[in-house]
Amino acid sequence: MSKTITIDGQVVPFEDGQTIMDAATAAGVYIPHLCHHPEYTPHGSCKLCTVKVNGRNCSACTFPALEGQEVLNDTPDLNADRQKITQMLFVEGNHFCPSCEKTGNCQLQGLAYHLNMLDNHFPHFYATRQVDASHPEVMIDHNRCIFCTLCVRASHETDGKDVFGISGRGLNKHLIINSPSGELKDTDISIDDAAVHICPTGAILIKRTGYQIPIGQRIYDHQQIDQVSLAREHHQDEQ
Amino acid sequence: MKQFIQDLVTKNHYKSTHLLQVLRDVQTRYHFIPEGAITQLTELLNVPRTQIIGVIEFYSFLHLHRQGHYELLISDSITDHMLGKHELMAYLSEKLNVGIGKVREDGLVSLDNTSCSGMCDQGPAGLVNGHALTRLDKSKIDTIAELINQEKPLDEWPTELFAVADNIYKPDLLLNSQFTPGAAIKAVFERGIDATLAQINESGLRGRGGAGFKTAMKWQFCKEEASDQHYVICNADEGEPGTFKDRILLNSYADQVFEGMTVCATIIGATEGYLYLRGEYLHLHEPLLAVLQQRRDAGLLGKNILGQNFDFDIHIHLGAGAYICGEESALIESLEGKAGIPRNRPPYPVTSGYMNKPTVVNNVETFMAAANIAINGGAWFANIGTEKSKGTKILSICGDCAKPGIYEYPFGTTVREILKDCQAEDVFGIQIGGPSGLFISNQELDRKLAFEDLATGGSFIIFNNTRNVLDIVYNFTHFFAHESCGFCTPCRVGTSLLKKQLDKIHDGHGSAGDIVALEELCQLVKNNSHCGLGQTAANPILTTLERYPDLYENQLKNISYEPGFDLDGSLATARRMANRNDAAAHLEQIEDELATHGTTSPGAQA
Ligand SMILES: Cc1cc2nc3c(=O)[nH]c(=O)nc-3n(C[C@H](O)[C@H](O)[C@H](O)COP(=O)(O)O)c2cc1C
Ligand code: SF4
Ligand code: FES
Repeated sequence: MSKTITIDGQVVPFEDGQTIMDAATAAGVYIPHLCHHPEYTPHGSCKLCTVKVNGRNCSACTFPALEGQEVLNDTPDLNADRQKITQMLFVEGNHFCPSCEKTGNCQLQGLAYHLNMLDNHFPHFYATRQVDASHPEVMIDHNRCIFCTLCVRASHETDGKDVFGISGRGLNKHLIINSPSGELKDTDISIDDAAVHICPTGAILIKRTGYQIPIGQRIYDHQQIDQVSLAREHHQDEQ
Repeated sequence: MKQFIQDLVTKNHYKSTHLLQVLRDVQTRYHFIPEGAITQLTELLNVPRTQIIGVIEFYSFLHLHRQGHYELLISDSITDHMLGKHELMAYLSEKLNVGIGKVREDGLVSLDNTSCSGMCDQGPAGLVNGHALTRLDKSKIDTIAELINQEKPLDEWPTELFAVADNIYKPDLLLNSQFTPGAAIKAVFERGIDATLAQINESGLRGRGGAGFKTAMKWQFCKEEASDQHYVICNADEGEPGTFKDRILLNSYADQVFEGMTVCATIIGATEGYLYLRGEYLHLHEPLLAVLQQRRDAGLLGKNILGQNFDFDIHIHLGAGAYICGEESALIESLEGKAGIPRNRPPYPVTSGYMNKPTVVNNVETFMAAANIAINGGAWFANIGTEKSKGTKILSICGDCAKPGIYEYPFGTTVREILKDCQAEDVFGIQIGGPSGLFISNQELDRKLAFEDLATGGSFIIFNNTRNVLDIVYNFTHFFAHESCGFCTPCRVGTSLLKKQLDKIHDGHGSAGDIVALEELCQLVKNNSHCGLGQTAANPILTTLERYPDLYENQLKNISYEPGFDLDGSLATARRMANRNDAAAHLEQIEDELATHGTTSPGAQA
């Protein structure tokens, strides 16, 4: 008999070493997430995956599955908090969805839809952030960075390059680039790097590819993020 | 500079774990971290430049931009404010002709605020190039300004500027103990290692850093973890505003603290230990190194301690201005030379801590108590205190009382008794356990010092009836926003939103819905944050809102909604660019339109 936990009452099997997120994904249960990606070391920072484990809040992407855990995931309270956390990300940066190249394909936007977010709720910070368009093929719009560190991890773990890093403390947190000038053009980044393709928002973009997919055919035009995410990550899990 | 950096790295054995220590020295020498140093360190330590910049930008005492030759920081603790900090800062700024947060044009001096520097019993306090300044007043500031303008080296400054007093007013079990260095280690070898752990267990000792985890259990877990190396770490980050008792223990009882670490090392099987000393206590660094050397000379540290075939040594690492580094896993990250970002748990440090090896992290006072328990036995300690809280607790008392300083009490002592001893009068309320703890009112003076009632890491700040609750909460809320490490969304964004929302009320712009919104936000940050900082950052608001809802209500405007957005303030730049000085002109425009049309056009509102 394999070991099991329950998620919202549903019995979910797991193997030792799996996190609650791993077990859920394998069983086809969606737990909202932004900083998590099955291919990379879990980070646990966005807190969208917060679930209640035996009554205590835990990050599903980092917390190990243990025999007999009773996990609450899709509850009104948890989803209300997730909506607020998403709103926090929206007011922290500068996200103008209608004009963004990533609109329709953006996980932050997709999640906001999924959580039924209708406004930003909190006052905006109007952060002053830069755009780095120095590189011929890749650009960074820091206004849209949510500090998920996926590019940092992808560059380190897959590309073996360390092109990105996170610096600063508190609200001064920012993405930095590994070159003396601090600009992307002076790094060894290449358009084939995993780090270039992993950004869940429109912060890292490949130049001259924006708006090519017509409205109606974009990732989240007809599907919610839970379906898209499960289809993709469930599949990755099996590989 | 090349040679300086090279020598520094050699001295630090090319260890990337020493990155923070190296950067501290570069900052001391150049008053910033020059680009050349970063490039050189990237090569010498083999770490990406992103990590080096990440460390520099994380710690308040490190800078990418040149600071003054004299880096002046003034402590921003609530008690410093109560002692007139605001006025002093203005005086200092004027006297030295330097703006707050600025470097003077000639580069000689820079001035800024810093979080509580741990001198609340002798404030207003500050730091000059990392060295503690106490009891600042106008005449001392005149002296300091003159010394700076004459470019006098710090070692020629009058020593009284740097005088730090212990101010022990009420010693008890621990502070009165007669201690001979080596006695606790001898006791361990006489009694046996397992028997010593049993005594510590019997003593009921719980961690003194705030969380109150049972010490024997922590040591037991760590001991049971199979590994080629175990580590002992003493947490001397003491960043909780209003806490300064570890400063006294390290100043006058260092032998007992180091001995407690050594006792722990025998039990868990460690050969190396670290004291993580907050950067603000730089003045203790040299004296502590001297104590360590004495202990080595006496055969109490190093190889073959007391001829028992037991090796153990202690190193000191300095912090660089980050409250979060008191959180044990952030402290470990910092010890490894990185930004102090709390780790994901599990695993806990006892299974995977420093260098991913089993590690015990304890507070300074915990180690001191353990050393004495090793000598005197568990019962000696357990006979004192309450059922759930054994022994005594050392408090740092400050704020509105005649005798701010150090007091040791058996657990179970009432607040009323403590207030009498330190001669506090006309008390309005007390902040117990620092900003992350709770605020109690003068109706709760019979509550007891104990883990089961009022738990505290040692901070005890008294406020009298002249104080304004919202000013206090304002100071604490700003502290958390400043100290949030920024790792997780709810705390990174949430503490800054709390600041915005509280400021709105504090500054008199709050309206009906704002308190409800504030409370909702508090719960969100508390319930979803990654570590203790975020989980407690809303406590100042929550515990005062619970006790004084009317004081919050009274601050509100009598209208249903007032925007947090200051349109006029935001138009300041535009006015400047257009050479206009007609603030609030848009309001007149609206009034004009109202007069002519009886309505406003959308354009006028925008
Ligand atoms: C934000 C934060 C700051 C902390 N600061 C300190 C500190 O300065 N000193 C300390 O001993 N413990 C501090 N702690 C508690 C430590 O994480 C840890 O629990 C403690 O050092 C364990 O030692 P003890 O069991 O002896 O109390 C802090 C915790 C948090 C969440
Ligand atoms: S709660 Fe705050 S201090 Fe703790 S990890 Fe999150 S951002 Fe950092
Ligand atoms: S997905 Fe778990 S914290 Fe971000």
